Amino acid sequence: MKRVWWLLLALGVPLALSDCARRAGSPVTLRMWAMGREGEVVGELVREFEREHPDIRVHVQQIPWSAAHEKLLTAHVGGSLPDLGQLGNSWISEFGTLRALKPLDPWLANAELSRADYFGGIWDTNVLDGVTYGLPWYVDTRLLFYRKDLLARAGYDAMPTDWESWRRCLRAIKARGGAKRYAIFLPTNEWTAPVVLGLQAGSPLLADGGTRGAFREPEFRRAFDFYVDLFREGLAPAIGFNEIANKYQELERGTFAMMITGPWELGEFARRLPDSLQSQWATAVMPGPTGPGVSAAGGSSLVMFHGTKHPEACWELMRFLSRPEQQVRFWRLTGDLPARTASWADSGLASDPRTRAFGDQLLRTAPSPMVPEWEEIATRVWEQADRAIRGAASPDSALATLDRLVDRMLEKRRWLATRRASGARGT
Amino acid sequence: MNEPLAARQARAGLLLALPSVVLILVFFFGPVLYGLWLSLTDFDLYAIADPSSARFVGLGNYAHALSDADFWNSLRITIVYAFVGAPLSVAVSLAAALLVDAKATRWKPLFRAVYFAPVVTTLVAVAIVWRYLYQPQYGLVNALLAKFNVPRVDWLGDPHWALPAILVLAVWKNFGYNLLIFVAGLQNVPRELHEAAELDGASGWQRLWNVTLPQLAPVFLFVSVTTVINYFQLFAEPYVMTQGGPLKSTNSLVLLMYEQGFRWWRMGYAAALAFLLFAVILVATVVQMRMQPRERRT
Repeated sequence: MKRVWWLLLALGVPLALSDCARRAGSPVTLRMWAMGREGEVVGELVREFEREHPDIRVHVQQIPWSAAHEKLLTAHVGGSLPDLGQLGNSWISEFGTLRALKPLDPWLANAELSRADYFGGIWDTNVLDGVTYGLPWYVDTRLLFYRKDLLARAGYDAMPTDWESWRRCLRAIKARGGAKRYAIFLPTNEWTAPVVLGLQAGSPLLADGGTRGAFREPEFRRAFDFYVDLFREGLAPAIGFNEIANKYQELERGTFAMMITGPWELGEFARRLPDSLQSQWATAVMPGPTGPGVSAAGGSSLVMFHGTKHPEACWELMRFLSRPEQQVRFWRLTGDLPARTASWADSGLASDPRTRAFGDQLLRTAPSPMVPEWEEIATRVWEQADRAIRGAASPDSALATLDRLVDRMLEKRRWLATRRASGARGT
Repeated sequence: MNEPLAARQARAGLLLALPSVVLILVFFFGPVLYGLWLSLTDFDLYAIADPSSARFVGLGNYAHALSDADFWNSLRITIVYAFVGAPLSVAVSLAAALLVDAKATRWKPLFRAVYFAPVVTTLVAVAIVWRYLYQPQYGLVNALLAKFNVPRVDWLGDPHWALPAILVLAVWKNFGYNLLIFVAGLQNVPRELHEAAELDGASGWQRLWNVTLPQLAPVFLFVSVTTVINYFQLFAEPYVMTQGGPLKSTNSLVLLMYEQGFRWWRMGYAAALAFLLFAVILVATVVQMRMQPRERRT
């Protein structure tokens, strides 16, 4: 019997001590979730933050991108979200709708940070119904990577900036290449190209407050026809990204002269293309219907989760990570483009022509629709475009199918909207 | 005095069984009934923020599944997993069990341990090694095939090859478990039967066919039913290797359910998928039991 008491005592003493320690003003510990490569390196930045704030400890947990969405959702439902974290900005609307995020407006109101310090289009992806939920951390958009020598051989020393001359340029490249070579690689199982072209043509993609598809409207129709014709004319091969073993190798062989992709490719191109081609590749902003066009507004933001008990400390960390010099450091470590425009001037990003194209493009971005269903809708877009490209459906019927599928997915939103409207009338 | 004793015994028995009965009711039938109810609602993302937005939709989720190409795609893949993967797995287990049990085999415990090792190894660790094996450029599998002038295959990236690649991994990972059951079954085959057959001049093959396999029939039934059920519920292998890709070519029903339930948080729909899978497994198992030949008279 005595032994039991000793055991209880042994267990109880450390517990009591730790309780005392906590009461004596021990440091606040913040839990932060970050994904993939960002999660690996943010720890380094955080050490410096801890030196500046001895009263705050930060515990960074890495989440793989592939499981991030379900982990966040499950954690929200289970009440185990961390204090703050990184959130892809296409997920902000979803987690905002779920009330999983803390509005940042109270802090922004008396901080030295505002929309003017950031790329506007990117900032807007963090705002839902007038409330700001995220602070952009790094930015991402899509534009053209191309081979200057192949363009020059077709008679172009620069990338055209409007659809018509762009198409003429693609035709000229195709004409010189022959049957086995193409002008551009647009994977048929990616949403990027059809969605970006649609945004460029002025399509809202979804209508009536994100409750219906707007894919049969003339704006999207125009972009869709332009996109499908690129394949029909043989300017782009009708293949998906998994049907090509190594796109860098194909670019080297001249199987195609350009592709639409994102900033992580800057490093990949430098690593994977042979030395002979290193001076021959370049980036260019997306051509638009009548001049430089918009592109997708991607990237990640820093968010505060709703249940945090230390919002002040979270905000301190978010502000620290948003400092221009920290953003530049983060860019050096990850290759992620900084979200604050001030960091661009500081780091030389604005003077390198390849990254400058990204800076220019980031001034012209358009957010994709702010609905939780967007990721799935984007998949349906390329699936239907693929059917039209392969001739399995006419553009008319492909777009009609797309609208029908999307309308079905958004049925709940329509019902919620009517319920809200009748509720508002009732009171 | 007899009557009350029986009654007392019955009461004692009931009392002893009660804890398990309660546990089963609370942790098995409770969730199953809740799942059934869930499958009749459209419980989704919006319902997390506001539970009152979940609606009763009757059989709507089931109708949706039956009209959804993704469901049929996953069902087809699951049937391949169950009716190609499971027989393959049972065959490999049986062959290995016969080898392990053979008289000429030495160090039997060693072989049993070696074949059982993959079963107890964590799949995530196994997956890393198999990813190396399947790597298109430097992987061992392609390197071996290259010796026979077979062109390079992108095992996990090609929609045609990913499913067979996952099946091979699953069979390798799981056959050791059935192997142990088969070995136990083989050791229960009476020696006398073999001796009698030998005296009658039966060859090795004849003894295998006419003595060993019939004696193994009950074990065989158990193993094949549980294996088919396990392969119907295949999840971890495609989840860690391909996440159901490329182009959904390895997306099993359970993976689809997981995706719908935990990725998109369509709990109602995911619950309906679970009951559809339950129905499929039930039908398959009943058919399997019926197909089993009646015990032969000897």
